[in-house]
Amino acid sequence: MSHKSFVWICLLPLAAVTAAFFLLPMARLLVTGAEGPRGLAEYLAILVEPRYRATLVNTVLLAAATTVATLIIATIAGLFLQRHRFPGRAVLVAILTFPLAFPGVVIGFMIILLAGRQGLIGDVSARLTGDKLVFAYSIYGLFLGYLYFSIPRVILTIMAAAQKLDPGLAEAARSLGAGPFAVLRDVILPGLAPALVASGAIAFATAMGAFGTAFTLATNIDVLPMLIYTEFTLAGNLATSAALSVGLGVMTWLILALARSFTGNSVAAAG
Amino acid sequence: MDRREGECEVTMMIRHGAALKVENCGKTFADGTCALARATLDIAQSETLVLLGPSGCGKTTLLRIVAGLEMPDAGGRVLFDGKDLTRQPIEKRNVGMVFQSYALFPNMTVAENIGYGLRIRGVSRLERAARVAELITLTNLGGLEHRRIDQLSGGQRQRVALARAVAIRPSVLLLDEPLTALDAALRERLRGELNGLLRTLGITAIYVTHDQAEAMELGDRIVVMRKGAIAQVGTPREIYFTPADRFVAEFVGAANIIEAPIESGDLILPGGRQPVGSTGSRARAVAMVRPETIRIVDADKASLTGIVDSIRFAGDRQRIIVRDAAAIPLALDVPHTIHVRAGERIGLSIAADSIRLLPAEG
Amino acid sequence: MRDRIIFALQLLFTLIVAAFLAVPAALSIAAGVTVNYFRGIQSGVTLQWVAQVLDLYAGTIMASIAIALGTLLVTLVVGVPAAYALYVRGGRLARLVEEIITLPVAIPGLALALGLLLSYGGFGNFRRSWLFILAGHVIFTMPFMVRSVMAIFASIDVKSLDEGAASLGAAPWRRFVDVIVPNAAPGILAGSLMVVTLSLGEFNLTWMLHTPLTKTLPVGLADSYASMRLEVASAYTLIFFVMIIPLLVAMQWIGERGSAK
Repeated sequence: MSHKSFVWICLLPLAAVTAAFFLLPMARLLVTGAEGPRGLAEYLAILVEPRYRATLVNTVLLAAATTVATLIIATIAGLFLQRHRFPGRAVLVAILTFPLAFPGVVIGFMIILLAGRQGLIGDVSARLTGDKLVFAYSIYGLFLGYLYFSIPRVILTIMAAAQKLDPGLAEAARSLGAGPFAVLRDVILPGLAPALVASGAIAFATAMGAFGTAFTLATNIDVLPMLIYTEFTLAGNLATSAALSVGLGVMTWLILALARSFTGNSVAAAG
Repeated sequence: MDRREGECEVTMMIRHGAALKVENCGKTFADGTCALARATLDIAQSETLVLLGPSGCGKTTLLRIVAGLEMPDAGGRVLFDGKDLTRQPIEKRNVGMVFQSYALFPNMTVAENIGYGLRIRGVSRLERAARVAELITLTNLGGLEHRRIDQLSGGQRQRVALARAVAIRPSVLLLDEPLTALDAALRERLRGELNGLLRTLGITAIYVTHDQAEAMELGDRIVVMRKGAIAQVGTPREIYFTPADRFVAEFVGAANIIEAPIESGDLILPGGRQPVGSTGSRARAVAMVRPETIRIVDADKASLTGIVDSIRFAGDRQRIIVRDAAAIPLALDVPHTIHVRAGERIGLSIAADSIRLLPAEG
Repeated sequence: MRDRIIFALQLLFTLIVAAFLAVPAALSIAAGVTVNYFRGIQSGVTLQWVAQVLDLYAGTIMASIAIALGTLLVTLVVGVPAAYALYVRGGRLARLVEEIITLPVAIPGLALALGLLLSYGGFGNFRRSWLFILAGHVIFTMPFMVRSVMAIFASIDVKSLDEGAASLGAAPWRRFVDVIVPNAAPGILAGSLMVVTLSLGEFNLTWMLHTPLTKTLPVGLADSYASMRLEVASAYTLIFFVMIIPLLVAMQWIGERGSAK
């Protein structure tokens, strides 16, 4: 057997599996989206139909807020951990990165424990003000959940990027008279820009499409994944849910692809 | 076939390996770049042929075609002992190859690396162990048999790579810049060892390098390559003393390239006349003189004179730059016993037969 | 002095962030072993909730382990050769294939699950079996295996190892077994840990694909969050942590060893 045919044989199982369980289902999804009473216009419903559009706007705003907050928090913490060595640092890094593999449902539960009816925040606020603060089941709870999900990921990316920054650059800036703030603004943040764009895109795309957290928390949070789920299971509206999920998929893919075109490579694989 | 003085020695040894023929082999890559113009070469049994040239000259491509790692363009053929192996992949050609990166398997020990080719060939464990032990001794690797590859120094890795390639008793040994990854001092020492080993093995070998000193020492014949084409094929002496063109002259060793008219057998230079050993006249000629063939003589008695411009100490000798003798400054290599001062007028004596007239370029 | 204040503020901030992540996890662990969470830990420590979870949900735990191992097997058998092929072949086709198999990471699990349901919902036996969930997990985790292995290929110069083995007479299959796979071991291991971790925690796809008879651990978790008392849900979460944390520690350890080299 020649090397060339061996390479093809190596590729064959992947091609078969991908075709059967990914390409075919995706094609089916595309077709189904256009099979509703509205036909191809179903794909426009996400923008045209006021109820769907409101949900879309809601989802995008939530994802954007999550992204911005995560980036700020993770940059401060990530840079701090990368620059300083102190006892207990390793434990801190471990705590900040372990939630990486928690699935959305578990994160939802974490938020319930924090801000739910029996949650810590409600408990504390009741004792302090007599008013029990419960917001786990609202869009704020979801926001907190997405933060919980995104912070570990982004911190890791930023720490890795900060490690690769040439320390000579900051030293050069200081030798030219730049203070700590100027160094941060002119050298460090620009150096981190690709990592910020990449991890920000992942945070945004994940917040757009995440289902588990919303599912655990939400009785009535108005975000796109929940809308798709209710359209499919409760309303049995195949075409709409297919069209909506195609729209959602295209959006998340576009965000990641766009970020990748800004930063070179390695964005998509972390989601 | 050209052979150097070692001829009688070589014939006395047992000859190993195949006679190779590379016929009309060129290589154009998929993107249209031509890495190698069609070339034909004969390599005698047990000959060491060196492919020499700057990076990008096509020498590695030629080696990879012989190896079976690249297919030549249609019409090209590679023959081992007259057998056409062009369409055989490398694993069917029985070649021993030493890669530039060595390509030693990190998951195997030194002994396992050396014995791998034999294992593939189904050689029994006992026989394998004997052959590996033999090669360990031959390449001075005693005591390292069970080391992992990442525990070896660069020189040791190089020897394991060589032992592994030789273990299978290949038809031809192919070496792709095997010393390039090493530092200068080690390179020089291993060059000597490698030379001894190649002579001992008496195996057909093709050796790719960009280092002319390596090529001179190791090659029975040298193929000088340039921009994907063969510039000259010859023994090291032929290449050095009678280069085919200006490129070869300048790439191999130091050379003074003088452009001047010839009048009745003499080069007409600003500093006088210099016989070139041939009669006739030419409006423009290109002549090459090696720096060590120029001697310093008394200025009054010389037909060619110049002024010492600068003197550079080079350790084993000194290099003197002389101006006003030719249109370009001439370089001379002379022993330390000769004393000259900058600004001094000196006479130059060059034997007519050490001047090589080169074809004038376009 | 100013530096010390800045340091202290940053440390405080980082500690608050860590607390945000760690406190709920700690609460859940505590709640899982507390007799009555509402009355606090002074009500006593117990394993009754854990036992109750094992009693009620042992099936989902076994199912998740089985699916994770099945997914691992398929991604190994399919993904490792494919990573090799994609790496050595290179070029536009390889990039396209890589792009396609990475899509399931970018596309929400809901969409993929919907597509699978629409395509195979009619095949009753397949739809009702574990294989249906397995197929989804394979598609979702495959890119992690392939990319992890391809990354290691890039770092060990696998092309010249391959040529080296070929020059010694080894046929393609033999080279793959003798040289390629052993030297890709660190990447294969990292990819495997990732695949198992992701499969164990996968919810988005699985929730849509599962049937009452094919429930995985995360599906069971969602179920318990919705219908069980807090202590049971916590104990269940605790079991999940116990399963997943060793994998995370191993991954981090490999990552550190890799970057230390």
